[in-house]
Amino acid sequence: MSSIGLLLILALYVSILFYIAHWAEKRSNSKWTTNPYIYSFSLAVYCTAWTYYGSIGVAAQSGLSYLPIYLGPIIIIPTWMIILKRIIRISRVNKISSIADFISLRYGNSRFLGALVTLICVFGVLPYIALQLKSISDTFNIVTNTQSSSNTFSDTTTYVCIALALFASYYGTKYVDASEKRRGIVTAVAMESILKLVFFLIIGIYVTYFVFDGFDDIYAKAALLDSFDKKNTIGGLSEGINWFFLCVLSMFAIFLLPRQFHTAIVENNKETHIRTAIWLFPLYLLLFNIFVFPIAWGGNILFEGQGLNADTYSLLIPQFFNNNTLTVLVFLGGFSAAISMIIVSSISLSTMLSNNLLIPYGFVGSLENTSQEKNNKRILNSRKIAIFSLIILAYFIYRFFVLDYSLVSIGLVSFVVIAQLAPAFFGALFWKRGSKKGAITGIVLGFLVCFYTLLLPYAIGITSSSSAFLQKGPWAIELLKPFHLFGLDYLEPIQNAFFWSMLLNTMSYLAVSVSFKGNYRERNYAEMFVDIDKYITNHENAFVWKGTAYISDIKKVLQRFLGEDRTKRALKIFNLKYNIDKNITTADARFIKFAENLLTGHIGTASAKILISSVIKEDKISLPEVLRILEESKENIIINKKLTDTSNELKKISDQLKHANRELIKKDIQKDEFLDTVTHELRTPITAIRAATEILHDDDDELPNELRKQFLKSIISESDRLNRLIDKILDLEKFETGKHKIYLSKNNISKTIKNTIDSVIQLINNKNIAIIFNEASEEIKAFYDEERIIQVVHNLLSNAIKFCPTKDGEITITVTENNKDIAVLIHNNGKGIKVEEFEPIFDKFYQSRNQNVKKPVGSGLGLAICKQIIEHHKGNIWVESDHTNGATFIFTLPNYNTPEKQ
Amino acid sequence: MKKILIVDDEPNIVMSLEYTFKKNNFEVFIARDGQEALDILNKQLPDVIILDVMMPMVDGFATLEEIKKDERLQHCKVIFLSAKNKEKDIEKGLSLGANLYVTKPFSIKKLVEQVQELIQ
Repeated sequence: MSSIGLLLILALYVSILFYIAHWAEKRSNSKWTTNPYIYSFSLAVYCTAWTYYGSIGVAAQSGLSYLPIYLGPIIIIPTWMIILKRIIRISRVNKISSIADFISLRYGNSRFLGALVTLICVFGVLPYIALQLKSISDTFNIVTNTQSSSNTFSDTTTYVCIALALFASYYGTKYVDASEKRRGIVTAVAMESILKLVFFLIIGIYVTYFVFDGFDDIYAKAALLDSFDKKNTIGGLSEGINWFFLCVLSMFAIFLLPRQFHTAIVENNKETHIRTAIWLFPLYLLLFNIFVFPIAWGGNILFEGQGLNADTYSLLIPQFFNNNTLTVLVFLGGFSAAISMIIVSSISLSTMLSNNLLIPYGFVGSLENTSQEKNNKRILNSRKIAIFSLIILAYFIYRFFVLDYSLVSIGLVSFVVIAQLAPAFFGALFWKRGSKKGAITGIVLGFLVCFYTLLLPYAIGITSSSSAFLQKGPWAIELLKPFHLFGLDYLEPIQNAFFWSMLLNTMSYLAVSVSFKGNYRERNYAEMFVDIDKYITNHENAFVWKGTAYISDIKKVLQRFLGEDRTKRALKIFNLKYNIDKNITTADARFIKFAENLLTGHIGTASAKILISSVIKEDKISLPEVLRILEESKENIIINKKLTDTSNELKKISDQLKHANRELIKKDIQKDEFLDTVTHELRTPITAIRAATEILHDDDDELPNELRKQFLKSIISESDRLNRLIDKILDLEKFETGKHKIYLSKNNISKTIKNTIDSVIQLINNKNIAIIFNEASEEIKAFYDEERIIQVVHNLLSNAIKFCPTKDGEITITVTENNKDIAVLIHNNGKGIKVEEFEPIFDKFYQSRNQNVKKPVGSGLGLAICKQIIEHHKGNIWVESDHTNGATFIFTLPNYNTPEKQ
Repeated sequence: MKKILIVDDEPNIVMSLEYTFKKNNFEVFIARDGQEALDILNKQLPDVIILDVMMPMVDGFATLEEIKKDERLQHCKVIFLSAKNKEKDIEKGLSLGANLYVTKPFSIKKLVEQVQELIQ
């Protein structure tokens, strides 16, 4: 394929990606750009050209050692639920935009540490970017069948590289606040992740099923090749240890690589997205590895003995079969892998460079007195230039240093360099004692070791084992052989460098941290980082500071970076959050932390501290004092939580009290009504007695004998009524307070009813009422308190008699039985009861809605007592009535005669 | 001869009232509830009405409201005779236009004097 043709395809492809980025940027809040899948796929920026081509190379040449790079992350990813969540929280509340910010903030806004981390990252990542450029260049030449030109200006890679640099510097610096999300870039990266996987799977399927006849076929043919077995076994303990170190190395890489920190933490929208990522990302890595082996060995079979670069088998195979389309697709996949790594890495590196190196060491002073627009322009320009120069620099590294190395070896060198951040980084998360001095010592020593054991040999191009420096060590000191430091001879160069640098790094970090306590600021941030979950909602509270500061001064600083409007808005939010009077002029610790946070996204933690410090006067605080204040703030938080709990509890209790109070008021009203009615009921017979007695007293002489007898009789009957009333009130009271006991015994219900009828037969006959008793066909025995049930039946019968019309009155009593209960129905053919009175007539002294209208039957207590008695028997009592047919009172008693109850 | 209507559902109280007023030269009419009273009032125009408040069907207050609607009965003196002795009941009775509110238990002698005073 011609160079021009391929360039055109590339241009088209890149412009599509450009369009996606542009589109996503505009819809930065839409579901399409902020979902957990975009997040998970953007993490696959981990799979660079190294994965895409290099794994095949390793698998073809040395077998299984391509696997640890994927196994490491897969093993560690489940811990993301805890660790990554914690890092994301810390970064969110502190507006952290890079790993340099993260580490330098934890160790007390350390400017030096921020710069050091930045330099480590630049050292680690630049060769890595160079590696991507190399892969683009190599593969471009393969697809176009050209040779890479030794003249920089006629090499197409130069122009691809410049285009990339322009694109990244334009899109990567949209926001001054580096902690802002960059939807466009992330969406484009996620898109590329999908494409590179799809293209890789296509070539995998092509090789496995079209070139060969499935996995078995490749295996059968490959097994015949030399050294197949040797390459596909781990090979003893020493190889196993090498394997192990590679796994650990890549575990670190997935956290520490600037591009991973950027996609996983800075670009995280929601903590819950991690939940999708922890299964989707490992799945992605697994899918990527399915066809590595078949392609590698397919290539080995096809090109045996030709000495071709195994890294490029995925291109050579389709090309060998003249499948141009497929070759171009594979090329585009590799290109995608390379450019997403280049873009994301250069953006995060440039942020680090500007926020942790250029601004704090260069022009932080000059930012102090200029306008917001000027400041922002300078910050953005510095980042643009940084991105552009990083990519160009990487290009030169590629041109002059790494032309001869395989993709994997350069990648692993990068990993080892970046891994130097691990002790300081993980210490920041879990160890409060870790101090700035320890972190710096560890990183510097670790880096020096890996410089000596890895960077130096690679840089001067003496990896060939014949070099005297490698064979005999410097000045022929065997112990100092770079690849076999201190006589450790069974580790590969990478693992050797990793082991020694990490050992020295960790030990010195621990030793120095324990020996020299950090200053109070470090201790303060240690507390905030390690216990982030406690401080997440009001972390400003956890910041310890003492001194004099004026809000107006700090406001001026903020305005120079945020502008007036945003500053005003931010202050308003702050005042609302902590309920602070806006007229207060002095700033407290919370405000200073808040202001530093606002600036951090723009200029990094160290510069933010420098700028804020320049306008405030800070007093020295001793370490014990910090610890005391922190302890207090911790206690405050606990007390706060307790207070909230208590206040919730109180609220619940107060709700219950309110409810109880309403009930009491209701009961009180009922009690008043009851008393009202009782007194009324009592007064009525007293009135009759008093009137009769008065007449007898005054008119004794003239009163005819007949009348006198009538008055005396009325006195007797009203006295009896009075007595009955008092009995009933006491009766009811005893039922309600549970003083009345029910004595259950086995009785015959029909007999009980008959006895009761006998006691009122006189009243029935007086009114000429017909009484019908429908007994059950069988004798029904039941357990009840006979005396009480007689009381009930008597009351119901009396009411029925009162209800019956004067002419043709009729009372029907029916007894029925079913499995559950025995029912007694007492019907009268009077004028019936209204539906709305069905229930209230069983209330004591029930009165119709109009309180002055008398209850139709009884003393007003009879039915209430009946209800109490029946309910004490665990039965029911109710009334049924329609206006044409009189009323039926029904009560039920539980039937203990059913077999299962016996 | 003056006419008096006694409205009460308690037969023993009615008996005493009937005897006493007859003795004092009243023509006595008796009703057991408000409805019965209104029926009697359709035919008779008594000078005094003695009204209980708590009665079945139509209570005393409602009966008085009906009486006040009737032009013919404007001259009637109305006395409530009730065991409801709360301030608010008495106020209500008087505000409806009753001439007197007597609480139970009561002195018959005094009631007769009050009635006679009213109709003079």
